[in-house]
Amino acid sequence: MAVDRRRPKHLVLILAREFASNLATPMLIADAEGTLVYYNDAAEDVIGRPFSEVGELPVDDFTTSFEPRTEDNEPLPPEERPVRIALDERRAEHQRFTITSRDGVEREVSVTAFPLFAHADEFVGVVGIFWRD
Amino acid sequence: MRLTIWGCRGSVPTPGPSTVVCGGNTSCVEVTLDDGTLIVLDAGTGIRALGDRLAARDTRHINLLLTHLHLDHVEGLRFFAPLWDERVSVDVWGPSSPVQSLEERIARSFSPPLFPIDLGDVPAKVTFRDIPREPWNLGGANITAALVAHPGPTVGYRIEADGATLAYLPDHEPALTGIEHRTADWISGAGIAQDADVLFHDAQYFDEEYVQRIGWGHSSVDDALAFAHAVGARQTFLFHHEPHHSDDMLWGLEDRARELSQDGAPALAREGMVVELP
Repeated sequence: MAVDRRRPKHLVLILAREFASNLATPMLIADAEGTLVYYNDAAEDVIGRPFSEVGELPVDDFTTSFEPRTEDNEPLPPEERPVRIALDERRAEHQRFTITSRDGVEREVSVTAFPLFAHADEFVGVVGIFWRD
Repeated sequence: MRLTIWGCRGSVPTPGPSTVVCGGNTSCVEVTLDDGTLIVLDAGTGIRALGDRLAARDTRHINLLLTHLHLDHVEGLRFFAPLWDERVSVDVWGPSSPVQSLEERIARSFSPPLFPIDLGDVPAKVTFRDIPREPWNLGGANITAALVAHPGPTVGYRIEADGATLAYLPDHEPALTGIEHRTADWISGAGIAQDADVLFHDAQYFDEEYVQRIGWGHSSVDDALAFAHAVGARQTFLFHHEPHHSDDMLWGLEDRARELSQDGAPALAREGMVVELP
């Protein structure tokens, strides 16, 4: 029998995915190592591609592909992006910036990212939520 | 590795003439390794009779692994004979809580008005241990625990020893977060049960019962078999029997499982059943 050998996801990430998949709010999930593991259908409108085409990849590579920029049109470095801050500092972060989606459309987005802790303060990943104007 | 089922009923003890074959005691499985290490899975009412057996064997050290603290998994602990023997040491492992220690949570059931004797007055040397995040060893066994889909902090256990693997997920509702059309890494409990030689899995309901109880934390027989197939389990035992199911109804559940099976013949867990591995 062919059995999938990828590393099992923590239950909290599985539950987060189930939650996200039922929301109309764009949401992405990264694991504790900083790998993008899922974004929902609603996020496709912001990102321009379904997750099934993108697949798992380092979240910094993923966010860089959108060329995030400040209000002054300066590149937003990875360490200053909300999802990376939530990963590194394990705290919530909210920012507004500009991206260019994979379909070439420039969009203003607000992103809230926050860490996920399982029992016994086990850090298991982060959630990023896109708020569209 | 030798497995003995002392209780496989779900939710509440169900003694009586209609359950004599599969048994009415709640969850408890004895695991004995070739090196003599003793591991007990859960402390449902089945642990009372096991305790009498261990006392007769003069067993002095016991590793008790709790999946969670719902009553049907701990209600036999107060009547576990080794606890009342000062020569015995018991290591109790269970899921952590952000609010109270494992000992504090267990102590609730050892206090008035539920019980006349405080946990601190139990004669045995009892040590409470939060389950580690990483696999650990007990005697010759490598143990892995992971949170699984069930209300409240609940884990499944994977025990690898003597060249065989047991997966124990007595209370588990993987369908809540998806089984079919999911890769195994996104299925609750799959990391515990992957390629297990023997899988003890929740199969409390027939499909038509499950649709009325979605979110209660238990599985239909159809979902149990779908899970077993997804993880590549070699032999599945249907566990945590619904209290309203008589032996006759459970034979129907087993028939349904065998209709669905793609990987060997699933069987009902039955009190007194012994499984030798490998």
